[in-house]
Amino acid sequence: MNIIETKDLDFYYGDFHALKGINMDIEKQTVTAFIGPSGCGKSTYLRLFNRMNDLIPGTRMTGNILIEGEDIYAKGVEVDRLRKKVGMVFQKPNPFGKTIFDNVAYGLRVNGIKDKKYIADKVESSLKAAALWEEVKDKLKKSAFELSGGQQQRLCIARALAIEPEILLMDEPASALDPISTAKIEELIFELKDRYTIVIVTHNMQQAARVSDKTAFFYLGELIEYDDTGKIFTNPMKVETQNYITGRFG
Amino acid sequence: MEKHIDLELRLLKDSLMQMWQMVGKQINKSETAFMSCDRSLAREVIAREKMCNAMELKIDSQCESFIALNNPVAIDLRLALAILKINNNLERIADFAEGVAIFVLKNMSEPLDKDFADKLRIAEMFSEVKLMFSMAQEALEEENSGKAEKVFGSDNLVDEINHESIKVLVEQMRKQPEKAEEYLYLHSVIRKLERIGDRCNNIAEEIVFYLDAKVLKHSKIKE
Repeated sequence: MNIIETKDLDFYYGDFHALKGINMDIEKQTVTAFIGPSGCGKSTYLRLFNRMNDLIPGTRMTGNILIEGEDIYAKGVEVDRLRKKVGMVFQKPNPFGKTIFDNVAYGLRVNGIKDKKYIADKVESSLKAAALWEEVKDKLKKSAFELSGGQQQRLCIARALAIEPEILLMDEPASALDPISTAKIEELIFELKDRYTIVIVTHNMQQAARVSDKTAFFYLGELIEYDDTGKIFTNPMKVETQNYITGRFG
Repeated sequence: MEKHIDLELRLLKDSLMQMWQMVGKQINKSETAFMSCDRSLAREVIAREKMCNAMELKIDSQCESFIALNNPVAIDLRLALAILKINNNLERIADFAEGVAIFVLKNMSEPLDKDFADKLRIAEMFSEVKLMFSMAQEALEEENSGKAEKVFGSDNLVDEINHESIKVLVEQMRKQPEKAEEYLYLHSVIRKLERIGDRCNNIAEEIVFYLDAKVLKHSKIKE
């Protein structure tokens, strides 16, 4: 079943045509990797799924993006409600200057939840889901900045999970991490896909190959090829895809 | 400028072509040794078999390093996997050539009677497997999957000669039952040639896999 549907999508930054005629469906509870050279539009496209580009002046979009059948750019859509459903993890870990506990509890409190027992349970389950609980359970009141880069990134994932999203967007979530932390994030992605739909932007070909079910290759704002990851990395149909993944681009 | 990965792949291919030439010489020499009962040439084939084994190990190790260090995908990965398998098949072909040479040393004192050899179509079989062998090599050199697919057709002829040879040998055993053992050994040579044909077939499958990403192993398509 498709959770995200994109129909005839075009996106502009001023005069710059950043995404051209994108049509793409993403299935529920799968991991989809977006790959492509810098400037190809993959992060722009990812950010459209929770309307992050609304904040950039001079942008324009035509076409539709439907999440669970609902047009997320239709009039009357509450962006806060959309972002509760579609969480995001960024390239650089961005914990708040608060305690580990308060970082994870933040989204719940912002959404008006006051029940302390509920919040504590949710913080614990989110940290467990983000494979961080065992490392931080005895220092929940410590500052999030005391954690390592890899732990901070998993904390950000826990923070995103606490508000029970259905879709998790990840924009190069491991690019600033060492190989051990990267492996933990990848393992986590693998475990989370049973419950969430994950869309990940990555420049790391091997990471895309390891973690995703489907891979989409973008170039100059166009979706060049979208297929099962196994197929893309063994027998891509388009010569552009092959040149990119084998490092013979340009 | 040649990309690093292309240079590595070229070196791998060069090594494989070197192996191909070595094995090709082994087939040619084992044929001459058999057809003319040249025992010294047979000894040479047996001595050179060790070089083929060493070359096989060298290419295996080159492939292992290439895969570990370059993380190849798509056509690069298919080429590395194909080279690994072709390498293994070439080594087995060298084993069969050695087997023919061992037969010459152990079981021959003079060349086969010409009429009998003609009936067995042994020369035809040698020339057919040599054709398959060189056709597969050209297919990889030229990156031509159509040429690789032609190898499959030749294998049918080799199989047919193998089947027919059994009838000829059984008839001969009836006429000369005291030479039954000799004829059985002779059939083992024909079997080795038939196995070389099979290996060439496998190699052609790997070339098609590399070039067209089609898996023909165990498939009926090629028939």
